[in-house]
Amino acid sequence: MPGLNTSSTADISFMLLIFFLVTTSMDTDMGLSRRLPQPPDPDQEDAQVDIKSRNIMYVRLNPEGQLWIKDETFSDYVSIDVLRKRVKEFVKNEQNFSKWPEKHVKIIDGLGRCLVTDKHVISVQTARDTPYDAYFQVQNELVAAYNELREEYAREKFHCSYESLSDELKSAIRLEYYPQNISEAEPKKYSGGVQ
Amino acid sequence: MAGFKRKEGREMVEMNTSSLPDLIFTILFFFMMVTTMREVTLKVKFVVPQGTELVKLEKKSAVSFIYVGPPTDQLRAQMGSGTRIQLNDRYAEPREVMDFVAAERKSMSNETDQVISIKADRSTHMGYITDIKEVLRKSYALKINYSASHRN
Repeated sequence: MPGLNTSSTADISFMLLIFFLVTTSMDTDMGLSRRLPQPPDPDQEDAQVDIKSRNIMYVRLNPEGQLWIKDETFSDYVSIDVLRKRVKEFVKNEQNFSKWPEKHVKIIDGLGRCLVTDKHVISVQTARDTPYDAYFQVQNELVAAYNELREEYAREKFHCSYESLSDELKSAIRLEYYPQNISEAEPKKYSGGVQ
Repeated sequence: MAGFKRKEGREMVEMNTSSLPDLIFTILFFFMMVTTMREVTLKVKFVVPQGTELVKLEKKSAVSFIYVGPPTDQLRAQMGSGTRIQLNDRYAEPREVMDFVAAERKSMSNETDQVISIKADRSTHMGYITDIKEVLRKSYALKINYSASHRN
């Protein structure tokens, strides 16, 4: 009995291969991951949480994409390169300075008794005309600031990099010790400069 | 140089190609695994911003894309050059994002993993992005990702 002629299988699979090459894309998608806050409860009145002014840092972007930051010690237009350092100093508040976020004692699983600044808030506000790129760079710098703080803390406390810690410790640092409190207020409707 | 002379009458042996299909199939499977289906034809043009703190998008099946930018050059004549939002294969309004999210969610196996990736042009005004974010919040699609390329 003669064997089945399989000489065309190669051609058929070549065709399939070419089809897949054409219809698929190989680019790996990268991006900055963020989490949006829960939608406001419609039944509830605007529960304005009182935040002490020392705990807030305002980051604003005007329609020209210029960056303006304000906390109790400082308020001025700055360049994007300075933002990371400012945010780190503000969130860390190493000397427990009275004009930066208050520190209080918190007992965290795995980390023990810590002094944390978890009441701080970074308020980001943009105008409707602000270019997306400027906003993205601010977000990038904020994430970078938090990442660096977590890394520094891991080095100081555990003498190893944040990435090499166990998942429990990582989430303890991420959620309890240095939580990301970035609030994004509604953008300003007017197109004038930021006061 | 008689040694190189081909002997008269000897037939040329054909190469055995029986493993060729298997080889090609292996390449095919490799490509099927590392690539993703191109789902939509882009109708907007965008250059994503550059960042340093980027993460890779895991679980491709749980990701839905929203494209924001001006229409492509071919469509510019009809559609103008204002910023547009593209969902699937067509232009949409920010409020339509809600239906889009719901439809995407339905086709997913694990709804809680849903990630919305916003691919927006650098020069887009924040107004559009904020509108989209507001709708996403309302539709409980809280995990978002600002698509970007890596900066050294």
